[in-house]
Amino acid sequence: MGYHLNFALIWRHFDKLWSGLILSLELAVVSIGIGCVIGLALAVAYVSGNRLVRGLIAAYVEVIRNVPLLLLVYLVFYGLPTVVDIAYSNTTSFVVTLSAYAGAYLVEVFRSGLDAVPRGLIDAGRSIGLTPGQRLLYVRLPTMLRIALPALSNTFVSLFKDTSVASVIAVPELTYGAQWINFNTFRIMEVYLVVTGLYLVTGYAILIGLRLLERRYAIGR
Amino acid sequence: MPIGPPLLQIQNVQKSYGATQVLRGVDLRVAKGEVVTVIGPSGGGKTTLLRCVNFLESYDNGSIMIDGQEVGYRDVAARKRRSERDLARMRAETGMVFQLFNLFPHLSAAENIMLGLTKVRKLSRREARDKALHWLGRVGLTDKADRLPSELSGGQQQRVGIARAVAMEPKILLLDEITSALDPELVGEVLDVVLSLAAEGMTMLVVTHEIGFARDASHRIVFMAGGAVGADAPPREIFAADQPNERLRGFLGRFTAAHRL
Ligand SMILES: Nc1ncnc2c1ncn2[C@@H]1O[C@H](COP(=O)(O)OP(=O)(O)O)[C@@H](O)[C@H]1O
Ligand SMILES: [Mg+2]
Repeated sequence: MGYHLNFALIWRHFDKLWSGLILSLELAVVSIGIGCVIGLALAVAYVSGNRLVRGLIAAYVEVIRNVPLLLLVYLVFYGLPTVVDIAYSNTTSFVVTLSAYAGAYLVEVFRSGLDAVPRGLIDAGRSIGLTPGQRLLYVRLPTMLRIALPALSNTFVSLFKDTSVASVIAVPELTYGAQWINFNTFRIMEVYLVVTGLYLVTGYAILIGLRLLERRYAIGR
Repeated sequence: MPIGPPLLQIQNVQKSYGATQVLRGVDLRVAKGEVVTVIGPSGGGKTTLLRCVNFLESYDNGSIMIDGQEVGYRDVAARKRRSERDLARMRAETGMVFQLFNLFPHLSAAENIMLGLTKVRKLSRREARDKALHWLGRVGLTDKADRLPSELSGGQQQRVGIARAVAMEPKILLLDEITSALDPELVGEVLDVVLSLAAEGMTMLVVTHEIGFARDASHRIVFMAGGAVGADAPPREIFAADQPNERLRGFLGRFTAAHRL
């Protein structure tokens, strides 16, 4: 083996990775936030809407889920500005794309959660005289959130990892930081090892945090 | 033993699920302050009937009136349903306790009771909490006010279920086999609560498999089988040795044998 791992150059540029990681987290948080709003709104619209509404939402979900994220990122960043007159930064473009992507996955999580709310609870809400809106707000949504929490955690971690796709349009997040160091130091293995470690630790920390939340809010049986 | 004018009047109610007719023209009256129990074989339509009274299910024909008001329809003849808002208002007048408790799992015992009080009866949180605590006291659960349903035994959950229904001050209480999901040793504590409510004059329509309870606690017993009322009489007549309804005699015979009453 003629290759000696040398991490010294990596540490010298570690600020690039650190700021990249912070941006990755920011991208994830903002996109997940917007995605949750989209997902929740569409899930509620789906379960209370007519055939047309359901069809449209299903189409959105199917399209997004069957097209690679990478392609969506290209479409929004390179494609869209050629047909409509909009200009946005790489970062904004990516947030828009990942939010729409997250929304499609989260509709499914929230919708199946709403479906899983026991009928008896809805009946109990009806029997004390809650209106449909009150049942949604005070019975169905809170129960759904607790049912959906495990699936939600997995989706959140997935979406955090998906932020690495932003590197292809030069958003300076963690993976892009790694590539920048590669170009300038050629310590390819070292960079990717460190970055892998950073994704792993961060992803795991997110998961543990969410699992704690799950345990706190789990519906005991 | 009619105690007053009919508070609940069910007339010729018919209901089908697809091709199966589940209620075949049910007639039933419950006077104010009366306790009427419904017994009968499984699948006879007892649950469906209770759910119709609360309009958790719609019915295809006939009429259900509570205190002179049609339950689910603003125009019975034309089968025009009430609006959802109107239905909610009507449902608040009937309390329902379920076989599987159906407590809201994310709310404490007190909050389960408070939800209807604050959102439907529009009490302040403070008033609602006081009232919830009062009713929890009545069912012997003052010390469990802030527990989640998952932290309570089945019997305790069902007592919260009763408190949640009664706290709304309904005109009539509907109980659907409220002890059949409980371990035998927990049945008594729940029935005691029901007995104390009956003693205070709460109007009740009770579906039960506790034949002893039906015999001792009700003014009238209704025997329901095959989606129709087979007998409707005071307990003494229902249990009389010369009971003319053969199906009822068979049912009671099997029951007595099974439970060695
Ligand atoms: N939602 C439903 N869909 C179809 N059939 C139903 C439904 N609910 C009840 N049934 C049928 O109606 C009949 C009466 O049921 P139910 O009212 O639960 O009887 P009981 O409470 O006396 O046991 C049964 O044959 C049952 O299978
Ligand atoms: Mg039943």
